[in-house]
Amino acid sequence: MWDYSEKVKDHFLHPRNVGEIENPDAVAEVGNITCGDALKLTLRIDKATQRILDARFQTFGCASAIASSSAVTEMIKGMTLDQAAKLSNDDIADFLQGLPEAKMHCSVMGMEALEKAIAAYRHETLAVAEGTVVCRCFGVTDQLIEKVIREHGLTTIEQVTHYCKAGGGCGGCHKEIQKIIDHVNAKPATGKAVAASPAAQKRPLTNLERVKRIEEVVEREIRPWLRNDGGDIEIIDIDRAKVTVALRGTCSNCRVSQFTLKSVVEQKLRELVDETIHVEQVA
Amino acid sequence: MPNVVYLDNNATTAVAPEVLEAMLPYLRESYGNPSSIHTFGGLVMNRISEAREALARLLGAHPSEIIFTSCGTESDSTAILSALATLPDRRHVVTTRVEHPAVRTLCRHLHDTQGLRLTEVGVDHQGRLDMDQYRAAVDDETAVASVMWANNETGVIFPVEECAAIARDHGALFHTDAVQAVGKVPINLANSAIDFLSLSGHKLHAPKGVGALFVRRGTRFSPFLLGGHQESNRRAGTEAVPNLVALGRAADLVLANLDKENTAVAALRDRLERELLARCPDAKVNGDSAHRLPNTTNISFEFIEGEAILLLLDQHGICASSGSACTTGSLEPSHVLRAMGVPFTAAHGSIRFSFSIYNTAADVDKVIEVLPGIVRRLREISPFGRK
Repeated sequence: MWDYSEKVKDHFLHPRNVGEIENPDAVAEVGNITCGDALKLTLRIDKATQRILDARFQTFGCASAIASSSAVTEMIKGMTLDQAAKLSNDDIADFLQGLPEAKMHCSVMGMEALEKAIAAYRHETLAVAEGTVVCRCFGVTDQLIEKVIREHGLTTIEQVTHYCKAGGGCGGCHKEIQKIIDHVNAKPATGKAVAASPAAQKRPLTNLERVKRIEEVVEREIRPWLRNDGGDIEIIDIDRAKVTVALRGTCSNCRVSQFTLKSVVEQKLRELVDETIHVEQVA
Repeated sequence: MPNVVYLDNNATTAVAPEVLEAMLPYLRESYGNPSSIHTFGGLVMNRISEAREALARLLGAHPSEIIFTSCGTESDSTAILSALATLPDRRHVVTTRVEHPAVRTLCRHLHDTQGLRLTEVGVDHQGRLDMDQYRAAVDDETAVASVMWANNETGVIFPVEECAAIARDHGALFHTDAVQAVGKVPINLANSAIDFLSLSGHKLHAPKGVGALFVRRGTRFSPFLLGGHQESNRRAGTEAVPNLVALGRAADLVLANLDKENTAVAALRDRLERELLARCPDAKVNGDSAHRLPNTTNISFEFIEGEAILLLLDQHGICASSGSACTTGSLEPSHVLRAMGVPFTAAHGSIRFSFSIYNTAADVDKVIEVLPGIVRRLREISPFGRK
């Protein structure tokens, strides 16, 4: 059993401001059901004073995710947007008399939702939402990873996982996370030199080269990742830039397989073989 | 704690009152070392022999085939490492994707550090072992195949006798982690091809800190702990006498209660499952209902998360467990449910109830009374599953 503070228990057992504001002035959704936690935040904002009049949440997740969401809504009601924009996840954790370290990502989710809602209201684009996805299991960008490392002085991959979930799934991104940690902490990089991606080479690939490289990338980069979750992939056909694949095992009936296909297989092939590649799936 | 409804018996069980009584004298006055030459110690050795005989009766084995250990994990490690040590030319291990970490972590460690070839056989959507894959996996390089008798999370029972026969055909040894099965299903190792079987005391109403390993007579054996001559030179270390006596008494009790386990306990489990499915929409059972332990059910409640369910159940004194990521501190849900292809969305909201003979109809009533309300309440908070 987690050692939750009385305040976390209170906000979990008696969550405040559950629900959804009708026709909200700002709305943000972060996380998703596959990742194990998700939060939808809706705000009522007074245009004249730029003050948050009401905040409601809906959360899928564990006790600390529900408590963090409840805490955010309690904290920001009555604040101006400028005040709310300054809230950090530590403020949320402090409000709750602390969270276990492995649960800090719940407070980060609250902060992310708030930032996103405010940005949406102001028609701004968020840097953290921009970035490149590093952790594909949980859809975490390099920007967010960098942010939590900087804000909390993190030095290990495990800590990064606690704060933003990155690296907590298949582990395939651990090297990349380590690189970001080293970069932020201005240490010399320890990882092996990364080979120049063929995509960076200027000469177009011949058909034979393309086929070989696709097979190689699927074998080395994609299949181990899918097998880790009981899935597999089969190349059905390669017709110039069109790669037809079938997902097998667990992947064949996974609701997120479309996501898997687009975000991982296609991204990997584009990155490592040829930017024009597009992937199609057959049963 | 008063009024606890304990439905987490696959995690651990209550020490039976008879077991506690049986072990107490060996914590008090009869503290002798069974290896001593004097009568005071020697008498204790007789009690260990009786405990060994009781375990042999439970398993349909010969007392000389039973080695006492400190836990199920030690039994698993001993068996697998012994098989590898006695068949040094064979560098392949077969196991399953749904094994307990006691076997899974060891095998992966051996693979990672010693370059052993490792095949983890998959399961289907009902959690049943893929026998074609198993048959294809075991070959003439296989030192040991290790397949659990029953899965701890879903209760699904595996055809271990068939697996053992296939291993034997290839000259491989066969080990089964029967920690969840012993005392819940009939076991008779007399005419079986199983070479090693692990069991754990605290899963069958003995205390924590004791286990046993069955090693078939004639199987070459290499000990895990080296030192004194205890357990006929097969497991060094002074015998944990009170625990061994307790395990012997517990073995007699679970053998006597085996019918009750498969009738009365199964009936409680079935009623809970039926009523919960009737009262909670978007809920379904994980695992093959036709081939599973009589005491276990694993139910997924969609759109909500397991830790939240457990903590609200805890408010009512109800103890269960979950395959959700958040309950373990990891971020991914149970490897068993993932191997079965249970969607993450359902795995996050999975709850396991596991019964024992000490559960009552009132326990079931209590869960039926409170859980549907908890599920509704969490779904009201959740952004998913709305009409």
